[in-house]
Amino acid sequence: MNFLPPNLAPAYPEIFLLIMVCVLLLVDLMVGEKMRYVTYLLAQIALFGCALITFTTSVPEVVYTFSGMFVDDALADVLKLMVYITVSMFLVYSHKYLAMRGLFSGEFFSLVLFATLGMMVMISASNFLILYLGLELLSLSLYAMVALRRDSVVATEAAMKFFILGALSSGFLLYGMSLVYGVTGALDITRVTEVIQSGVVDSTVLVVGLVFIIAGISFKLSVAPFHMWVPDVYQGAPTAVVLFIGSAPKLAAFGFVMRLLVEGMGGMVADWQGMLIILTILSMAVGNLAAIAQTNIKRMLAYSTISHMGFMLLGIISADGNGYSSSMFYIVVYVIMTLGTFGMLMLLSHEEFEAERLDDFKGLNRRNPWYAFITLLLMFSLAGIPPTVGFYAKLSVLQAVLGAGYIWLAVVAVLFSLIGAFYYLRIVKLMYFDEPESDAPISPHGDVELLISVNGLAVIVFGIFPQTLMTLCVYAIQRPI
Amino acid sequence: MLFGFPLLSLVIWLPIFIGILVFATGGDHNARLAKWLALMGSVLSLLVAIPLYTQFDPIMSGMQFVEYHAWIERFNIHYHLGVDGVAVPLILLNCFTTPLVVIASWQVISNRVSQYMGAFLVMSGIVNGVFSSLDAILFFVFWETSLIPMFLIIGIWGGPNRVYAAIKFFLYTLMGSLLMLVAFIYLYNVSGGSFSILDYHKLPLPFVPQILIFVAFLMAFAVKLPMWPVHTWLPDAHVEAPTGGSVVLAAILLKLGGYGFLRFSLPIVPDASQYLAGMMIGLSLIAVVYIGLVALVQTDMKKLIAYSSVSHMGFVTLGFFLFNAYGIEGAMVQIISHGFISGAMFLCVGVMYDRLHSRQISDYGGVANKMPIFAAFFMLFALANAGLPGTSGFVGEFMVIMAAIKVNFWYAFFAATTLVFGAAYTLWMYKRVVFGVVASPGVEGLTDVTGREILILTILATAVLWLGVYPLPLMEMMHTTVDGLLAHIAHSKL
Repeated sequence: MNFLPPNLAPAYPEIFLLIMVCVLLLVDLMVGEKMRYVTYLLAQIALFGCALITFTTSVPEVVYTFSGMFVDDALADVLKLMVYITVSMFLVYSHKYLAMRGLFSGEFFSLVLFATLGMMVMISASNFLILYLGLELLSLSLYAMVALRRDSVVATEAAMKFFILGALSSGFLLYGMSLVYGVTGALDITRVTEVIQSGVVDSTVLVVGLVFIIAGISFKLSVAPFHMWVPDVYQGAPTAVVLFIGSAPKLAAFGFVMRLLVEGMGGMVADWQGMLIILTILSMAVGNLAAIAQTNIKRMLAYSTISHMGFMLLGIISADGNGYSSSMFYIVVYVIMTLGTFGMLMLLSHEEFEAERLDDFKGLNRRNPWYAFITLLLMFSLAGIPPTVGFYAKLSVLQAVLGAGYIWLAVVAVLFSLIGAFYYLRIVKLMYFDEPESDAPISPHGDVELLISVNGLAVIVFGIFPQTLMTLCVYAIQRPI
Repeated sequence: MLFGFPLLSLVIWLPIFIGILVFATGGDHNARLAKWLALMGSVLSLLVAIPLYTQFDPIMSGMQFVEYHAWIERFNIHYHLGVDGVAVPLILLNCFTTPLVVIASWQVISNRVSQYMGAFLVMSGIVNGVFSSLDAILFFVFWETSLIPMFLIIGIWGGPNRVYAAIKFFLYTLMGSLLMLVAFIYLYNVSGGSFSILDYHKLPLPFVPQILIFVAFLMAFAVKLPMWPVHTWLPDAHVEAPTGGSVVLAAILLKLGGYGFLRFSLPIVPDASQYLAGMMIGLSLIAVVYIGLVALVQTDMKKLIAYSSVSHMGFVTLGFFLFNAYGIEGAMVQIISHGFISGAMFLCVGVMYDRLHSRQISDYGGVANKMPIFAAFFMLFALANAGLPGTSGFVGEFMVIMAAIKVNFWYAFFAATTLVFGAAYTLWMYKRVVFGVVASPGVEGLTDVTGREILILTILATAVLWLGVYPLPLMEMMHTTVDGLLAHIAHSKL
C-alpha cells in the first residue's frame, strides 16, 4: 500500500505555531531575566505569522485533509484570525501586569501559545477525537496558567477546582462521544452527519449521547447549571489569566459548538434546541441575579459571562444561518468587551495593589476622566445600551430568536437584560457619582493606554458602524446554511 | 425646499459635535471656555434649525427634509430621517430650550462644568435624532442613548438622593423600551425584513398581535410620558436633578413619550388603539384628577411641579385617544406649551433654590417683598400652569376639553376639573411662597433676579404669551399631518 503524504496546506498555521512554540522555549533558555521581553516579542511575532499565513492561504471553499479529520473553511479562518488578534491584545494588556508579579516568564508565553494551538485545532477539527485533542491541549494549558502563582492559596484552590471540574466535564464529553460513536460507528463529523440523517440509528442512545455532549460543552462555555467553576476561577486566578480564560477560548468554544452540534448533530436540531432553551434561561437567570450580590468585580464579571453565554445561545437555538451568525457576532462583541474590561482592571492595578473590589472604581471620573469614559462605554456595551456595539449583539440574537418564533423567550431575555443593566450601572455610578477612596495616580504605561483607548472606542465605533463585523460573521457561517 | 442639503443631519450632529468639543476642554480651569463654547454651540444649533420652520411646507402631507442612506445592510437598517408637522415643533422646542438651560446653569454649576455643558448639548442632538428618525432601530438607538446623558446629569450634579433617582430613572425607562425593541423586531420579521417606520404604517396586522404590540409600545411611551401608574420615577428624578436637568426632563424628555404615541402606536396599530381607547382615556383622566389632588398636598415645590406635569400629560394622552382633530392638535399644543411652562416653573424654583438652598414651601413666604420682579414672572407662569386664558396653558387644555365633550360629556367633565385643581395647587403654592410677610431671615436676605435670569424668564414669558394669544402658526404647521393621521387611523388594518 502506498503512503500518500497528506495535504499539509490547510494546517500550515498550526504547524507554524508549533514550531514557533518550540523555538520560543529554546530561545527563552538562552536569554536572561533582563532580556525576557525577547520572548514576549517572539510570541507576538508567532501570532502575527499565523495571522499572515491564515490570511494568505484563506480560500472560500471547504478543504479537508488528514483523511477528513481536519477542515479549513471560512468559519475556521475567521475564528482563527479573531483568536490571534485576541491573544495578541491579551499579551499587550498583561505584560506589565505579569512583570510586576513575577509571572513574566518563558513558561507563561509557551502555555499561552500552546493554548492558542489547542484553540486552533478545536476550530478546525472535523473528527471527534481531534476536537477532543484540541480541547484538552487548551484546557491543560489553562489549568497550568491558573496555578502558575503556586504560592497563592486562592490561585491554587481555583486551579484545583478548575482542574477537577474540567476533567469531569471532559469525561462527560468523551462519554457522549463514545455513545454517538457506538450508534453511528463513525468519528468523522461528516460521516456522523450522514448516518444520523439516514435515520437508521437508535435515536434513544443518540439522545443520551447528546445529553452528555451538551453537558460537556456547557461546562466549557460556562453556561448554567455547569457554571460553578467560573466565579471561583475568575476570583482566584491572576487577572491576566482571567482575561485569557474569558476571551479567546470563548471563540474556540463557539467553533466547537458549531462543529459538534450544528455540523455533527445537525440532524437532531429538535432535541438540542429544547436542551439549550433550558440552559439559556438558567444562565440568564443565574448570571444576572447572582451578579447583583457580588462585591468583587471579578466575581461579578464571572456571573456576567454566564449571562452573556446564555444570551449567545439564543442565536444557536434559532438553528439557522441567521441565528448562527448572530451568535458569532455576539461572541466576537463579547470578547471585545471582555478584553477592554479586564484590560482596565489591570491598568488600575499596580505592584502591591490588585484592583478587584467594586469600590476600587469609586471616583474614577475624578482620578482620570478618560479611563472613566472608556469604562462607561464598556459597561453600557455589556448592558446592551445603544449606541454601543453590545446593543447590536443583543439585537441580532433577539432578531434570530424571534424569527424562529420564540417570542416568549425573547421577552424573558430582555427582562433579564434589564436586571443585568442594574449591576453595570452600579459601576458607572461608582465611577461618576462617588468620591474616590484613594488619590493614587494611575500609572499609565504607553502601549496599554493606547490599546485600551482603541478598545474602548472600538465599542462605540462598531456601535455606529456594525456592518463590517456583521458581514464578516455572515461570511464565516455561509457553509452550514 | 432645501432638497439635497442634509439639514436634519446638521440639526442632529452639530450639537453632538460641539458637545464633544466642550468635553474636550477638560477640567474646571477651562470652565469659562466650556461655558462660552456651549452657549455658542446651543445658539448655533437653534439657528441652523430655523430653516426647518421657514422651509417647511405645511400643505404637503408626508415626510419632508428626507434623508435616506444605507446603514446596516445585514438587517436592512437605514439612516432614514424625515419630519412632518408633528416633529418639527418638537425639534424647535428642543433647540430653543438648550440655550436657556446653558444660560440658566451659568453660575450655579461650578463643578465639572465641561462635562455638564457637554452632556446637555449631546442630549439636545440625540433628542433631535429621536424626533426625526424614520427607521425603527435608528429611533431606538437615539431613544436609548438619550438616557445616558440624563442619567449622568442627575447622578453627578443632583441632590442628596441622586443615586437612587438616577438609577430608578434609568431602569424604569429601560424596562419600557426593551419591550418596544421586541415589538420592533417582531414587526421586522412580519414585514419581511424592514425596519422602516413608514412601512410599518402600511403593514396589515391581525388583531391579537396588534394588541400585544400596542402594549409593548405603551410600556415604553407610558413610562416616558409618564402616565399614571408608571409615573413614580418622575417626582424622584425631578426633585434630585439639578435645575437644568429638571427643565430638560420636563420640557423635552417627557415629550418623547407623547411623540411616540403619534408616530408609532396610533398609525401602526390603529385597531388596537381604538379598541383600547377607553382604557387609555381612563388612565388619562385618573392622571388628570388624582395626580392633580396629589400635587395639592406636596410640600416640596419641585415635587409639586413634577406632579403637575404628570397631570398635564394626562391631557396629552386624553387628546390623542379621542381620535378627532381637535383632540390631537390640542394635545400637541399642550405638549409644546407644557415645554415652555414647566421649564419656566422649574427655572423659577431654581432661582429661589440658588439663593436659599431649599425647595420646601414652608421655608418661604413673603418673597414678593424682596424679589418683586421675580414675583411678577413667577405669577405669570403660575397662572399659565393653571390654564389662564391668554397664556399657552389655556389653548391646549381648552381644545382637548372641546374635543372630549364631542365624545362624551363625562370625559370633558373630569378633564375640566383640572381648571379647578390646577389653579388650586399652583396658586396656593404661589400664595404661600410669594405673598404674606417675610417669613424667615433667609427670605429677608433674598436679592432680586439678575440680568441673566431676567433674560431667560423674558424669553419664556414671551413664548408663553405668544402661544396663548396666537397659536395659529403652530396649528397650521401640524394641521395636514394630523388630518393625514386621522384618515390613516380610520382605515382598519385587520
